[in-house]
Amino acid sequence: MTPPDYEYLRKLLKDHSGLDLSADKQYLIESRLLPLSRKCGVPGIGELVQKMKGGSSSIIAQVVEAMTTNETFFFRDKVPFEHFRDAIMPDVLKARASRKSIRIWCAAGSTGQEPYSLAMSLKEMGAALAGWRVEIIATDLSTEVLEKSKSGVYSQFEVQRGLPIQLLVKYFKQNGELWQISPELRAMVQHRQLNLLHDFSQLGTFDIIFCRNVLIYFDQDTKINIFGRLAKAMESDGFLVLGAAETVVGLTDVFKPFPDKRGLYRPSGARAASPLGATSMPKFVAMAGR
Amino acid sequence: MKTCLVVDDSSVVRKIARRILEDMDFQITEAEDGEQALEACRSAMPTAVLLDWNMPVMDGYEFLGHLRRLPGGDAPKVVFCTTENGMDHISRALHAGANEYIMKPFDKDIVAAKFQEVGLVALNEQSPV
Ligand SMILES: C[S@@+](CC[C@H](N)C(=O)[O-])C[C@H]1O[C@@H](n2cnc3c(N)ncnc32)[C@H](O)[C@@H]1O
Repeated sequence: MTPPDYEYLRKLLKDHSGLDLSADKQYLIESRLLPLSRKCGVPGIGELVQKMKGGSSSIIAQVVEAMTTNETFFFRDKVPFEHFRDAIMPDVLKARASRKSIRIWCAAGSTGQEPYSLAMSLKEMGAALAGWRVEIIATDLSTEVLEKSKSGVYSQFEVQRGLPIQLLVKYFKQNGELWQISPELRAMVQHRQLNLLHDFSQLGTFDIIFCRNVLIYFDQDTKINIFGRLAKAMESDGFLVLGAAETVVGLTDVFKPFPDKRGLYRPSGARAASPLGATSMPKFVAMAGR
Repeated sequence: MKTCLVVDDSSVVRKIARRILEDMDFQITEAEDGEQALEACRSAMPTAVLLDWNMPVMDGYEFLGHLRRLPGGDAPKVVFCTTENGMDHISRALHAGANEYIMKPFDKDIVAAKFQEVGLVALNEQSPV
């Protein structure tokens, strides 16, 4: 790959998905895009870039999707789901006792293991949720992973990573080598395609947001901008759950860490700092219009 | 010291399982069928049993029934590891007192995940590349 092609792809990916590649990730681009160029019937990445420059938006979308890392598994890292059951839900059940409705957002739901882990956790709470309306909205940039998430079909390998066997037996149906999560659980999760770089205020306000293992790919300004907008999309007494390698500390004060619960944050009531809002917002607003 | 009894009639599978479990700090004993495994449990109860289903002499399912009736036989965490991948087999195993269930083919990640599931291995948090 020529250095100008690499620079072109780096910038394009940063603008379209937020992916922030360092100067030495040629191998990553090659391993993801060579199969795609073959699929598109061109010999290499140079030709793929030519097509992109020619303005083919479908190729651009495919390149952006091919560069996303969709790795996920059921009850990933365990602890966040213990927080969900033992800290978040008891609090929300009290706080929303009169409204009896809860809105949960998986902001990078990938192939569905995370939203369905939440759905199973809710089912396991049983009678405590009788009469409640609980919405789980799973969004992702990639339409391909969303399709898989909607289908709720997983391989034998996927159902053996993180999913306790009792839950497999209880909530899945076997179909040869594949396993499909029950219609009842599938009905608990709504799917939408959504780019976190774009405006998401139309999704409304949430009590709980899982935004895990996606901000890790973005640069600081992008993270700060997204934190600011996540805070606006959340009830003032809501909960934010981040991935194991992610934090708000040192980036923003719109969220504060929840004492003794790693990866768990709550809105602080502070407004997003204005200099950042002023420099990075217009760019994102402009992109949302594309 | 955590101990794991690996029960499988295939020496290849036992060897692979041994290697994976030794990396997870288990001390390994091996048995080729249910009867040998029962013998091993009578002389020293292991912390965990990795258990094949189909074996000559005594199969894994029958072994599990006997094990759970032995004094102290409710203690070991029993993880099936078998090509019997049907829901009916899994349900029967759970009824008979299995703690987890691995569908072959298996690899290191699956064994680690399942042993975490039964609380025998500490969680190491994983992050994307
Ligand atoms: C590593 S997965 C994380 C899945 C799950 N949250 C977890 O922790 O296991 C990251 C997901 O983020 C999605 N993603 C990447 N950039 C995005 C963006 N700008 N907007 C929305 N989703 C994005 C990818 O498509 C991918 O499915």
